[in-house]
Amino acid sequence: MIKVYTSSVIEAPADAVWARIRDFNGLPSWTPFVAESRIEGNQPADRIGCVRNFRLKDGGMIREQLLTLSDYDYQCSYSILESPLGVDNYIATLKLTPVTDGNRTFAEWWAEFDCAPDREAELSRAIGQGVFQAGFDSLKTLVRR
Amino acid sequence: MIRVTRSAIVDAPIERVWAVLRDFNSHTAWHPVVAESAIENDEPSDQVGCVRSFTLKDGNHIREQLLALSDAEHVSTYCILDATLPMRRYVATVQLKRVTDGDRTFWHWQSTFDAPRGREQEFADLVGKGVYEGGFDGLRAFLRRRPGTPVTPGATNAPALRATAGDALSTQGIVVSRFGGPETLETRTLAVPPPGRGEVRIRHAAIGVNYIDVYVRTGEYPFIEPPAPPGMEAAGEVLDLGDGVTHLLPGDRVAYACAPPGAYVGVRTLPARHVVVLPDDIDAESAAALMLKGMTAEYLLHRSHAVRTGETLLVHAAAGGVGLLLCQWAKALGARVIGTVSTEDKARAARAAGCDAVIVGRDAAFATAVHDATAGRGADVIYDGLGRAAARENLAALAMCGHWICYGHATGAIEQLSLREIGEKSATVSSPVLFHYTDDPATLREMASRTFDALRRGLIRLDIRHRYPLAAAAQAHRDLESRRTIGPLVLLP
Repeated sequence: MIKVYTSSVIEAPADAVWARIRDFNGLPSWTPFVAESRIEGNQPADRIGCVRNFRLKDGGMIREQLLTLSDYDYQCSYSILESPLGVDNYIATLKLTPVTDGNRTFAEWWAEFDCAPDREAELSRAIGQGVFQAGFDSLKTLVRR
Repeated sequence: MIRVTRSAIVDAPIERVWAVLRDFNSHTAWHPVVAESAIENDEPSDQVGCVRSFTLKDGNHIREQLLALSDAEHVSTYCILDATLPMRRYVATVQLKRVTDGDRTFWHWQSTFDAPRGREQEFADLVGKGVYEGGFDGLRAFLRRRPGTPVTPGATNAPALRATAGDALSTQGIVVSRFGGPETLETRTLAVPPPGRGEVRIRHAAIGVNYIDVYVRTGEYPFIEPPAPPGMEAAGEVLDLGDGVTHLLPGDRVAYACAPPGAYVGVRTLPARHVVVLPDDIDAESAAALMLKGMTAEYLLHRSHAVRTGETLLVHAAAGGVGLLLCQWAKALGARVIGTVSTEDKARAARAAGCDAVIVGRDAAFATAVHDATAGRGADVIYDGLGRAAARENLAALAMCGHWICYGHATGAIEQLSLREIGEKSATVSSPVLFHYTDDPATLREMASRTFDALRRGLIRLDIRHRYPLAAAAQAHRDLESRRTIGPLVLLP
């Protein structure tokens, strides 16, 4: 089991950032790498257990299941059901915390998963930087005050 | 129940911030509202269950107990046991998180407590603004003042404030191989033990040379047992700390002047209570050259006797290390200064330092000249480093109700002086020793601070003309003993 942790500071109130990311079906609207997404079985996107089925811009298909969603804690977590990444037991959490000093947001995104030992470094980089940090960078641009 | 939450981003790596915050007694160093603090019963400040007892600058007193501490999660939880403020059931948690984007630190500070009905907002503001927001700013300022040594990310957090796993370091040093002349000073490789409880290990950048080092070398002052290094003052950088040291951090620029001898080395471990943090604008060479002599002038002019405008002072050896500082500083305080020196060259130096009158001579006959210069009144205060050979003259040169301060005794200690003789002038006689003043850490910090401030404001000046490599310490001693040097001498490791 390895853990990848990425955190950043976004210059906008946590409410504004959360409004962007709480939609489990909203990845195409705020990440730079998702082309299109839908929720399977006509479920609402904030129903715990729903599955998002999305296509990456590079063509890969991923299915992820919503495990936790908390408007109180600004936090959600999800698992990967199917993907071309070559990871098992993948659970990720995205969490926002208000920074009272400057009314901005501390954003954390981390994942734990299993993979082939010789791919740990590559996958840590791809997920930590290519997905999580890229997502934060995109959010910073979108919510800029 | 009141809940107060504040959070901030600190522009420093989490290891650096946690090194400060995990120490339950560090808040005196960085929190602007904390005046004094101590851990009760001498317990380590990272022992869960320990109690810090502290006073706020507004006079309130609080006792808080450490309930939980996690180096893994960077969390510290504590509660108030009792306080002079009407707050009940106060439990607070400090948590740090790493901001991987930019290697900064997210600091979350939260508490719950009860306050008297109708005063909830007052106490919510007191805690949220006064304590938490004030603390954010205080710690940021503290980290700017003392940027410290970068800590490698991923290294264990805890040791940043503690001894580093017992590694001895090796250093080059000068030892007095046996009591005697300058030739007894020899270069040796020495082992420097890791700092124990209350100790600090320092890498010296500059070492001050003082005449007392000669007395230590010859054995006249029985302060060391050869072979051992001499040296009373130095400046440098903190390498590591033992438990129980709360006023220093690794990487701090520091100086000391009052420790036991042992400064003629590259790296040294010594009791941390002798060590002060240097202001940013005071470089290590100046600190090493100034601290002992400057703090001597500080206590002589402000503590042994508080010099007042218009007083006439007699300063012996006015061109010496302490003498020049006494003359400059006393003039800035508005005193009239008469100096004694041995040669015309030194008379020029004394006049340049502000002496109103200079008496030149080697025969210790100056009382008449002092009376001539004061219309027969004599000197209100005498700063005497000469000792026995000049005792009669000093008493004769003293004004009625004057103060004779014997802070040194180059010609031997005065052993016979009767109360009757002192009484004939209603005189005050003091025999102060620097180390007795600096023994109290708070007084030491005041003295060092006033000395550095005097340098900064130009009240005293420093002209370092004599620099030697540490290995040339014997030559430095020869030059000092030849009386040819003017101003301070420093050794550079």
